[in-house]
Amino acid sequence: MTDTLSEQLAALQAEAAAGVATIENADQLEALRIRMLGRKEGRLTDIMRAVGKLNPEERPTAGAAANKVKEAISALLDEKQAIFAGAVAAANRADLTLPGRTPWQGARHPVTIVVDQIYDVLKGLGFTRARGPEVETDWYNFTSLNTPLDHPAADMHDTFYLAPGLLLRSHTSPVQIRTMQNHQPPIRIVAPGTVFRRDPFDASHAPGFEQLEGLAVDEDISFVDLKATLAEFARRMFGSDTRVRFRPSFFPFTEPSAEVDVSCGVCGGKGCSACKGTGWLEIMGAGMVHPAVFEHVGYDPERVTGFAFGMGPGRIAMQLYGIPDIRLLYESDVRFLEQFSGAV
Amino acid sequence: MNISYAWIRSLLPSLEATPQEIADTLAMQGAPVDEIVDIAGPLRDIRIARVVEASRHPNADRLNLCKVDAGDGQILQVVCGAPNVKSGGVYPFAAVGAHLPGDLVIRKSKIRGEESQGMLCSARELGLGKEHDGIMELPADSPIGGSLIDVLHLDDARIVVDVTPNRPDLLSHIGIARELGASYGIEPRLPPMHGEAGGRTGDTAKLGARAPTARAGDITVDIVATDLCPRYLGLIIRGVRVAPSPAWLSGPLRAIGLRPISNVVDATNFVLHELGQPLHAFDAKKAGTRIVVRRAADGERITTLDGIDRKLTADMLVIADANRPIAIAGVMGGAETEVDDDTTDILLECALFQPASVRATRRALGLSTDASYRFERGVDPDMMETALRRTAALIVACAGGVIDEVIANAGGDVPPRPPITLRLDRVERLLGVPFDRAAVTSLLSPLGYDVAGDAADAEVLSVRVPGHRTYDVTREVDLIEDIARRHGYDNFPDDLRAFRPTAVPDDAGAQLEDRLRTKLVGLRMLESRTLAFAPESQGDVPLMLPLSSAEGFLRNAITPSLLRRVESNYARGQRHIRMFEIGTAFISQGAGVAPTEERHLSALFTGGRASPHWTGDPPAFDLWDLRGFLDVIAGDLGLRVQQATTLPAWADPAAAWSLTREDGSIAGTGARVAAAAIDAPAWADTVFAVEVDITQTPARPAVQFRPLPAFPAVERDLALLVRHDMDAALVLATVQQSAGPLLETVFPFDVYRGKGVDEAMRSLAVRLRFRATDRTLTDEEVDRAVARVLNRLKEDHGIERRG
Repeated sequence: MTDTLSEQLAALQAEAAAGVATIENADQLEALRIRMLGRKEGRLTDIMRAVGKLNPEERPTAGAAANKVKEAISALLDEKQAIFAGAVAAANRADLTLPGRTPWQGARHPVTIVVDQIYDVLKGLGFTRARGPEVETDWYNFTSLNTPLDHPAADMHDTFYLAPGLLLRSHTSPVQIRTMQNHQPPIRIVAPGTVFRRDPFDASHAPGFEQLEGLAVDEDISFVDLKATLAEFARRMFGSDTRVRFRPSFFPFTEPSAEVDVSCGVCGGKGCSACKGTGWLEIMGAGMVHPAVFEHVGYDPERVTGFAFGMGPGRIAMQLYGIPDIRLLYESDVRFLEQFSGAV
Repeated sequence: MNISYAWIRSLLPSLEATPQEIADTLAMQGAPVDEIVDIAGPLRDIRIARVVEASRHPNADRLNLCKVDAGDGQILQVVCGAPNVKSGGVYPFAAVGAHLPGDLVIRKSKIRGEESQGMLCSARELGLGKEHDGIMELPADSPIGGSLIDVLHLDDARIVVDVTPNRPDLLSHIGIARELGASYGIEPRLPPMHGEAGGRTGDTAKLGARAPTARAGDITVDIVATDLCPRYLGLIIRGVRVAPSPAWLSGPLRAIGLRPISNVVDATNFVLHELGQPLHAFDAKKAGTRIVVRRAADGERITTLDGIDRKLTADMLVIADANRPIAIAGVMGGAETEVDDDTTDILLECALFQPASVRATRRALGLSTDASYRFERGVDPDMMETALRRTAALIVACAGGVIDEVIANAGGDVPPRPPITLRLDRVERLLGVPFDRAAVTSLLSPLGYDVAGDAADAEVLSVRVPGHRTYDVTREVDLIEDIARRHGYDNFPDDLRAFRPTAVPDDAGAQLEDRLRTKLVGLRMLESRTLAFAPESQGDVPLMLPLSSAEGFLRNAITPSLLRRVESNYARGQRHIRMFEIGTAFISQGAGVAPTEERHLSALFTGGRASPHWTGDPPAFDLWDLRGFLDVIAGDLGLRVQQATTLPAWADPAAAWSLTREDGSIAGTGARVAAAAIDAPAWADTVFAVEVDITQTPARPAVQFRPLPAFPAVERDLALLVRHDMDAALVLATVQQSAGPLLETVFPFDVYRGKGVDEAMRSLAVRLRFRATDRTLTDEEVDRAVARVLNRLKEDHGIERRG
């Protein structure tokens, strides 16, 4: 092998190394590869051609040397190429830690969610839904429900009047009357609806809110049935280990009357802020339908008996979800409403 | 009802239960306890002190500098701002380091440059009253340095009982004691009054015969309105000395939160809270000699004890002398005959007034008192004589005097109480558990019922109701409730039985609303609930007595309510809002007539179509989101989306549609919200809303499967030059009419205006899709149809194809 050839090879390898060191992108790299190794014009190709013209005895050594340089240059180029390819791959990589495009979500109102849950349970216990008007006469709201207007029991609700004798219902109990006027027993209904009381808004009062009334009337319904049905309701609604307590109370349209408490689901009955330390949550009023109510709708109280109950889905929603202020239910703050999309 | 624990124990001496145990017992008998207040605990540091000398603070006109003797051998300097502090006065005192109710601790302080080593206390600061007219004055002979608790008989707890309106008997200590006695097996008894033996009680045994008119010495009592006052007992005590009450009388009153006034008045208050019988003491010398119980004359006036001049009406009952009313019966006495420090002779009234009359009067006057509260619920007619005697004895014991003569009257009988028939089979039927005669007797007797048998039928009992349950227990079911209550609700079984299916179908409206809610939640809407109250501009049904004039009407639409909620969201920086509500709208049918109630669905949206994102914020909702939304809602409700006709005020007429029913009537509106209808900040996006009446909706057509096409469709796109004032709907209709039966659909896919299109025109690109159900279409068939369409468009509307 001539000295010239080996010098040329060394110079070429050095040039390739210098070239690889300065190039900045894949295009330049490709140009360099062609310039060095290209089949037609490549510098090494030129040298290989020159090797082909050497003596047969010189040729093997020179060829081996040229091949060695070719491999070295190829390795340099490949190494650089790999770096460029890696950068491209990195640039194209999806950064999976970035947030996704979240679709808006809809949600039922928490009060609706509770109403639906209650109805779901009661549907399983044979109840259907009934509705009635929000504007009522005082006969439907009071008199027919054994609440004479001259009796202090009428003060239990402070009522909005539209005109003498015409009012915004203060409870859903008038739906009991309307249902019994239009149907004969057996009756098992639940009547959700908005009711109104003349209480200014504060953390625990609203002038209008949701109530839910239940009524079961047939020829042989007793206080034991009331207890059994409502205790079963409570267990299905609040969990099978819920304890239920019945306390005597007073409603003009039921007798005997009861308050129904369930063991506090927040603390399990040990006492917490949700149950004001008592371990019990008051969830509904109930009682055996007063005979005077049956008399008002033309039922014979000697023939039929029944029980009625009422509860406040808003209050239950506040207990279930830990909502501290009733006004949140009616302010329609989207940040509040959105929190219930998961509850649908 | 505030109950004193010590007082209850005076009526049930062998009672061992703690206040908390009493509270638990009462709760399970139907009288839940709201609160138990430890009265003595927070007062244990309070001592009795004498102000040796009170002088003006050198640096403050309204402050006094007091030298105080708290009984520990030194004189302390105390700054006091009370106007009633006097040299020589005796007051409650909290020394430095003492605790006051509310976890206050007294610290040494400097007030306007003068050191203060403690505090002289007012009743309010001690939790013993609400008045704030100065520090609490104590009797001059109180032991200096002694404990306030001992001196005022305050070693007690207040139990606040929530009494239901049917149980006026529980508005007294004896009533609570009866109820507890029945639970604990103790018979309550009235203890003899303090000092009862020391005073002269006079001859109270000789109550006169019942007659509408009676005389005592120079005083006659005449009941004119016997319907409103069945019975009036009066008694005259002469020679009393009005003074502050002794602590044994004032202590229990303080314990239940009452302010002691004077021995005479306190005696009547004591008996009111002990026995539940309201009494009133008149200054007999200020009242005339002829007392009449009558209805007021219309417009007659009286100044009541609270100093307010009141105008009376003819349905109100008054106690009057010959000239004027001296009390509003059962509500409040008159100021002119008030017992004061100079009173020597009193007329003590113990009467029975008709509950409804007292209630009507108290409501009309807006004046509720301890007396009216009890009278309107019903006072025990059997307790009157006992109450009168006990009050008289108390007054004589505290104020001296001699009971002159007793007046007894009865205009009519007290409410009659025939025995109630109680059928044991009815008890079982209602309660679901059998009770025999012995069980019923043992449950009812401790409450004062007299249970007797019926000779003819062992299953039927005859029960006499005690006086204190006169108004509450009037029929069989009332007795059954007491049986259940005394048996204990928790002792009834709760086994679920089979039941017959209800005869009432599930409400169709409720089902429709369920479906709509599900749909709207699926459309990413948030359900809202707003109240039905609205200003006059948004309602036509007025309330008689609204909470505020801004909420004086019932709304006739829901969207304005929701727009107010959008504004409140804006105020909290919320820009992306999607809300709906299903609620009631009230449509007036004339004054005094029940309005029509419509169920409305209202929905609105504004802000981005999706949440903001780092790839770029999604575009805001626009008119075409509204239109698509309307199409979905209308489709579900069987309505049509049509050109807007009548619009509500919130709708922008330039971008509104009406939703119409099959008969052409308008069911609702979908529109861009007019700028004037909402107070929006500059950064807010356009709001779009829809409101539709869903009260009457046709039954939804059943979903019916349509076979999928078996042959391919051929589509042709046409770019048409349409004048700006020509509706796309017209173009599409023309296409449909002229294309022939092979046209499957036609829909616009682009609207272009600008370069290459005449300024008076826009380019409306429509796609026509042709299909035959039985074969693959040929190009020639489709070309013919397209040619027909183009011809018709040109001939009828001058529409050319874009070149």
